Amino acid sequence: MADTTRLDATFHALSDPTRRAILARLALEGDVTVMDLAEPFAMSQPAISKHLKVLEKAGLVSRGRDAQKRPVHLEAQPLAEATGWLIEYRKYWQAQFGRLDDLLAELQQLEKLAGKN
Amino acid sequence: MQFGDPLSVTSPSDTQLVISRAFVAPPHLVYACYTQPSLIRRWLTGPDGWTMPVCTYDARAGGGYRFEWHGPDNGFLAVDGAIKTIDAIRYIDAEERFDAGQMGPPYRSELEFRLEDHGTLVVNSLTYTSMAHRDFVVSTGMAEGMEFSFKSLDRLLESEQAATR
Repeated sequence: MADTTRLDATFHALSDPTRRAILARLALEGDVTVMDLAEPFAMSQPAISKHLKVLEKAGLVSRGRDAQKRPVHLEAQPLAEATGWLIEYRKYWQAQFGRLDDLLAELQQLEKLAGKN
Repeated sequence: MQFGDPLSVTSPSDTQLVISRAFVAPPHLVYACYTQPSLIRRWLTGPDGWTMPVCTYDARAGGGYRFEWHGPDNGFLAVDGAIKTIDAIRYIDAEERFDAGQMGPPYRSELEFRLEDHGTLVVNSLTYTSMAHRDFVVSTGMAEGMEFSFKSLDRLLESEQAATR
């Protein structure tokens, strides 16, 4: 899959709260069957399966080979790589800290003025 | 030491992230910007276009904080912190949760304010329960709100395409 198509699929997959909840559960519990995944949601198994197909297409989960249960497995590496989170995380903090720089400069100016009075 | 950028974001182990940044201001001011809601709201405002309608901070052991960010297209992010240990102007040790625990168990967020030369080095160490937990919390947080709105995805795709040309 081309990088851009893959990113598109990843973002489409992450844009839904049910799918995020599914990923969260897999991240914490390891492999889970579709039946168990459907349990906490007010949703049918086919509805959950639809969500899983979206996640699978994005490469975020894979299905086991056990013909009966086919447990769902989280593919953590593509998640990290596809979203490039470390880069984005850094960018995010860069912007926040830039604002903090400005605020600190202002506060220091105020302290100086207060000291003179 | 260098002031201002560079910001350092490292992953010293599979379950940790460490963010450090130096500021040209004494620790008491930097600490105030991290613990007083009126000041926090001035800088921890999230990505462009987002607002921070909820910001509370009770700076004592046993106290806590809550930050909420709202963004375009019903974007929503919330962080709750429970303060375990706090040493005014030097150190804060808290347990944080994203979106009321929907992102899994709490992770540990330690903040150190180190006096260095004429400035302050802030070191924020985040410790998660597993690598999957770390990657999940951070990447979906990014996807939901921070830089990674669909708008910035467009920009990213543009730049990626330019880079591969």
